[in-house]
This record gives sequence, structure tokens and C-alpha cells, in this order.
Amino acid sequence: MRIVLDNEKCQGHGRCYSLAADVFDSDDEGYALLKVTGEVPPELEEQARLAADNCPEYAIEIQP
Amino acid sequence: MTDVQKPPMRDWETDFDHTHADYADRAPEIWDHLRAKCPVAHTDRFGGAWLPTRHEDVAAIAHDTEHFTSESVIVSDFRPEGLAPAGFAPPITSDPPFHGKARRLLLPAFSPKVIDRWEPATRETCRQLLDAVVEAAGGDGGVVDAAALYSQNIPVRIIAKMLGVPEEDGDRFRLFIHRILEAPGSGLAADLEYEDTLDYYLHKVVDDHRENPRDDLVGFLLDAEMDGEPLTGDHIGGTIALLLIAGIDTTWSAIGASLWHLAQHPDDRRRLVEEPKVLTFAVEEFLRFYAPVTMARLVAEEVEVGGECMQPRDWVLLPFPSANRDPEAFDHADEFVIDRARNRHVAFGLGIHRCIGSNLARLELTVAIDEWMRRIPDFELSDPEAVRWSTGQVRGPRELPIRVLRTQEVSA
Repeated sequence: MRIVLDNEKCQGHGRCYSLAADVFDSDDEGYALLKVTGEVPPELEEQARLAADNCPEYAIEIQP
Repeated sequence: MTDVQKPPMRDWETDFDHTHADYADRAPEIWDHLRAKCPVAHTDRFGGAWLPTRHEDVAAIAHDTEHFTSESVIVSDFRPEGLAPAGFAPPITSDPPFHGKARRLLLPAFSPKVIDRWEPATRETCRQLLDAVVEAAGGDGGVVDAAALYSQNIPVRIIAKMLGVPEEDGDRFRLFIHRILEAPGSGLAADLEYEDTLDYYLHKVVDDHRENPRDDLVGFLLDAEMDGEPLTGDHIGGTIALLLIAGIDTTWSAIGASLWHLAQHPDDRRRLVEEPKVLTFAVEEFLRFYAPVTMARLVAEEVEVGGECMQPRDWVLLPFPSANRDPEAFDHADEFVIDRARNRHVAFGLGIHRCIGSNLARLELTVAIDEWMRRIPDFELSDPEAVRWSTGQVRGPRELPIRVLRTQEVSA
């Protein structure tokens, strides 16, 4: 599984880093930062999916 | 108050009035009806206004800063002119590119890491209020107004601490809010003494901070720069007004509506008590199902939305709570699912104007519900008919009579 964050779409709702703290962090302005690059480790896949499913801006994409 | 007598409403499709008591009482039902029958409703009231109710249309408008301006975000008979690009209360009333700069300087003060520092103060505030609630109930079976004694006080006290103004000013904030949000236009009444106005209050707060500089949000604004220059007096006053108005009755409404829900759903109460981890999801579902805020725009350039042609200077309401109940966007949209795992709710808006206080609102709502449930795990509505919902663009219970069924002591 791969995860992609679209920084243009992110508006800093903060849903991803509250639900998936091992996959996302917040920058100083509250916008999302990806903590993983490339493949999502299997143990974090559930968190990654949760983050994608809760982003109001559809800024997170999961690629199988 | 100078609420004027209005002609009776014909129907919701062509003559809606969101400041009417019927709208306050049954807004979710009205949105469902309109979404199915007339997804972009219109009224000639307020000089012409639209009410789109589908998620798709609300999202499209929120993301479109070319055809829509934020010059004013509260629909009333009064239409502002010439306030762009800053507007009265930057950045909520600002358009790009001014908006981006005015927002950027505020964002660090509202980032999650900064807001999290307010958790202990929020918890302490809730506990103090709950002591008063339990005392007022006078034992199990007693009745209290949870809006007056609990929900309305939490955001007022926290924002007062953040701004560095006396907590006792809270009653005054609520009066300003009533004039601006619930009875739009009444704040313009000529019979107000200047000393009673928001404008006077803002000047007093700024003068006090200039004389006694301190490390709080007002101090932060006085030191802030945009394009290498200090902020203008109007910009500072407008932003303080925004933080006061937008940060208070919105969160108070969300807390009250969540308690209203829990009072009627023992299964959801039990779930929160037995599985504390559900609270994270419950808070987002409260925000989806009881989103308090409807924003607004003015049309800047002619544009078509949902098959309707909108003309420059038409008002457009953005009912985020209606978007949150659109079955096209949410599974089982009309059901409250306390542990909903897929929840892209738009309670805090969408696009560049996403609520800047969302992290604070989420913290206050989470702590308020958590502390209430620890102290008062069982309660019910004592008189469902006596619950009074606010009118206008912020929806929440203003009177909430609750019968306390069981209390417990909380160890810190």
C-alpha cells in the first residue's frame, strides 16, 4: 500500500494526524505532513486508511 | 431588541427565512425536504438569497473564491459595500490574496500543538462548572438548564483567557453575539449607547493591552506584521471581534446539541462510559450530525449552481450541517452512528476558509463531553418541548432542561 498527500488540497482540518498519528504529523500552521514515504508498513495500513476515509478535502489517496 | 415583524413565509423552496422560529425548531427536516425537492432554494427576503442543501453544491461554492466573495458572511437585510478585500473581521470576511496573508499570521496560534496546551485549563473549567451543575440539581432527579449552567460558559471562559480579557465580560460577549448572529441587523439600531457596542469594547481591549502589554492573543496581534508593517487598528479590532464571536456560540451550540443527543440515547451514553476510546469518533459524529455553523457568501460574478443562475450581490447560505446529512455523501446519513469510521464531515467548512479555531473547538467539545460523562453518566431531557434552539446561522440549544439521574465523584 502507498499513500499520497495532496498539499494543494490540504486545508489543515487535522483529521489525519488526530486519527493516524503514526502516519501523519502537523506542521506549525496545522497543515498535514506525511511521516512515511513510499510503502506504508503493514502495521500502519489501518491508520492510513482511516486518515484517507476521514479527510473532508479528499486530499489523501491510498494506492494499492 | 428591535426584531421587526416580517410577512409570513409561503414555503421553504421560494420564500425561506432562516431566522424564523420554525427553522430553528426543525432545520434538519427542512434541509432533507429541500435536498430532495428543491436542492437550491431561493428567497426574495434579505434582498435575495439562495440556500443550497446538497454536499456537492455546498462544497463547490466553498471552494470557489472567484465567483463568490466573503465580504460578508452573515445574511441580513444589510448588504455591505466596499469592504473587500479585508472585510469587517479578517480573515473570515477576506478574499484572496489578502485572505492568505491575514490567515497565515494567525495559523500558528491555532495549530494543534499550541491549542493542546489549553487542555488542562479547559478540564478545570468544565469541572468547576459541573460542581455548580450538580449543586443546582440538588441531588439525583433534580433539573438544571445545561445550556445556561454548562455549555454556554465553556468557550467564553477559554477564549477570554486566550485573549487576555476578564472572564466576567462573558455576558457582554453573548449580547454582541445575539445582535450579530441571532438577530442580524439589530446591532445597527440607533438606540444603542456607544458604550454598549462591540466597537467600543474592542477599542477598550486594545487600549488596555497597549498600556499593559502581555503575552496573549491580543498581544500577539499587536506585535504581528503583514507585509512588513504592523496590522492596522481595523484589522486588529476585526480579528478580535472574529475570535470573540466565532469562537463562542458555535462551540457552545455543539456542546449543547451533543448533550441533547446523549440525554435521549442511553445506549450511546453507555458506550461512552464503557469504551472511552469511542469518544474520538463520537466527537466527529456529533460534529457531523449537529454541525452548528452555516456560513454565507455574496455572489461576485454571475454563476450557475445546481441549475440555478446566481447574480452578483445575491446572498448564498452555506449550510454545512445540511451537507453533512446528504445521503449522496454519507452512508446512512440520517443515522447517528457513534463510532462512524468513515466521516468526511464538513462542520468546519471546506477550502481556504476552513474554521481556524477547529482545533480549539474539537478540544473544548471533547473535554466538555468527557468531563460531563464522568460526573453525570445518566441524565435525560426533563421537558423535551422546553428545549429552545437558536435561530439564524448558528444552531444549537439555548435552553436545555436536563434531569440529572445519576452523579459520581471524579478523582483527578
